[in-house]
Amino acid sequence: MTTRTRTVALLLIAALVLVVGVPLLLPDWIVFLLTVASAKALAVLGVVLLLRGKLLTFGHALYYAAGAYAGGMAVRYLGVHEALVLLALALAAGVAVSALLGLLVARYRAVYFALLNLAFSMVLYGMLLKLYNVFGGTDGIGIHEPTLAGFRLSGLAMYELSISLTALLVFLTHRFFVSPLGYTLRAIRDNEVRVEYMGVSVWRAVYVSYIIAGALAAVSGGLIALAVGHITPDLAFWSQSGEFVFVAILGGTGSVLAPVVGSVLFEFVRNYAFKLSPYTWQMTLGIVLLLIIFFLPGGVWSLTARLPRRSHR
Amino acid sequence: MRLLLVVGLDGLAYASWLFLVSAGLTFTYGVLRVLNLAHGNLYALGAYLGATLVLHYAATGSTPALTYALLLLAALVIGVVVGPLIERLFLRRVYSRDEEVQLLLTFSISLILEDVVKLTWGVTPIFADLPYTYLGRVRLGGVNYAWYPFLLTAIALAVGAFLWLVVTRTRLGKILTSVITDREVSLTLGINVPLVYTLAFTAGAVLAALGGALTAPMFSLVPGVGAEVLVTSFAVIAIGGLGSIGGAALGSLLVGMARSFAVYKFPEMDLYVIYLIMALVLLFRPQGFFGEIEVRRI
Repeated sequence: MTTRTRTVALLLIAALVLVVGVPLLLPDWIVFLLTVASAKALAVLGVVLLLRGKLLTFGHALYYAAGAYAGGMAVRYLGVHEALVLLALALAAGVAVSALLGLLVARYRAVYFALLNLAFSMVLYGMLLKLYNVFGGTDGIGIHEPTLAGFRLSGLAMYELSISLTALLVFLTHRFFVSPLGYTLRAIRDNEVRVEYMGVSVWRAVYVSYIIAGALAAVSGGLIALAVGHITPDLAFWSQSGEFVFVAILGGTGSVLAPVVGSVLFEFVRNYAFKLSPYTWQMTLGIVLLLIIFFLPGGVWSLTARLPRRSHR
Repeated sequence: MRLLLVVGLDGLAYASWLFLVSAGLTFTYGVLRVLNLAHGNLYALGAYLGATLVLHYAATGSTPALTYALLLLAALVIGVVVGPLIERLFLRRVYSRDEEVQLLLTFSISLILEDVVKLTWGVTPIFADLPYTYLGRVRLGGVNYAWYPFLLTAIALAVGAFLWLVVTRTRLGKILTSVITDREVSLTLGINVPLVYTLAFTAGAVLAALGGALTAPMFSLVPGVGAEVLVTSFAVIAIGGLGSIGGAALGSLLVGMARSFAVYKFPEMDLYVIYLIMALVLLFRPQGFFGEIEVRRI
């Protein structure tokens, strides 16, 4: 077998296991957990995408909440219940907001980039919280009885929708990583000035990447709104942005699959740890993050590099 | 006219508070070139310890005049204990690594401290207003106003003047300037740069805790205040220019007055006015008012 056919075969098996095997064999709560984990993985993927260009954001929940609330507003004011329409609206909201804010943010790097994003996400959080008449304040908005192509969206259908959309977007992001623009982003990480000397527009690469990252998070937020059925301003809170960064670092930036692995791992650990001791949850995250920074800079994904590789023998 | 007076007084009080919390952040960044994301948590620690000391002291029934010293003590204890701990144990190991790693490191410390506060003081609000009420109120041009904010302004001015004097008039100031300008040359001159880093970080931590301790008598304390303080003070120092104390003063005054004006005239803008000013300033002056343009090296 050539490497290519083997990869295709492996992907088919993985798809079969995920689409048919998981819902048949595993209990409902794990199916739901995987729904949430795969949806959130998209927002983390956005953070990872930016990190590949050395851009760290502490406000990515801004786009996550924007996507969720775009769907929520459509349910509340337009009476739309079709999941695909809601997701399209979420995507549109993510692109629109990131295209606007990107004009300012894409000019900055490092500390400024991280904190400007944080500041904007706090503004959105404040708006969602204070403008009670528009966004429902802390009560949030209920996404009641969404449909998929006219049929009621069951937990199983939601799971299939979430993993297939995540798989599609992960694949597209992979295509982006290996595109000229994706390589430009990697070159920016190494040396921005040299990239400019080659006659490539750094600003354009950062701006486009920022919009893609925003779009990914918005779709993620839309999926979460559908899966959970209720949205609150907490979606935009800084701790949510921090969680995305945490999962991104946990998984690593080495591959588009790393955020998915990190996200699933994170949701499982949270499921147990949070119940065990809610007051030490953030502390646990902080300590794990410290350990990764000092002992496993490439994240969990970098462990795969230590696995024996048959094809190289 | 009366409105103008009220807006001015409130703006001054808010500006003083902003300067107190942002001066430490910008000072630390100026020397270490690391933005301390745990700054808001040091603020929270200072506030909680200050409030606890005041409450315990108030229970004894002695003269309230001493509570101000207790607030100061709380800030010193937090800053001098936690500051060097963070710098020596953790930050020191990542100076040679990428800027985003340094940010991630201070972020993890911020997460840890967030829960330290919750574990130590619980989640029920704490309120120790004795130092606030003890000073009483004053009538100014027909406006009834508390004395305490003026104390805040006086302390902010004192802190600003102290920092300015240290940097421009003392030997330590010369050493600081030298380290800021060129770390490696300073090392060859025999300056103990690691010690300067520890001192600068500790000074920033003391200032953060001082801001918290002095605010404790004005509002009741709830967990999670750290992030808001961090973002607000970042907005202020981004306006003034990262690393510039004078910039922090100007940013504080600008934001303080604008916010106070918004509270009375456009209450719905209250939350965003800070970020609006920040966005406007950064649009036309990306490095802030007194920020230096970074030299780009190939």
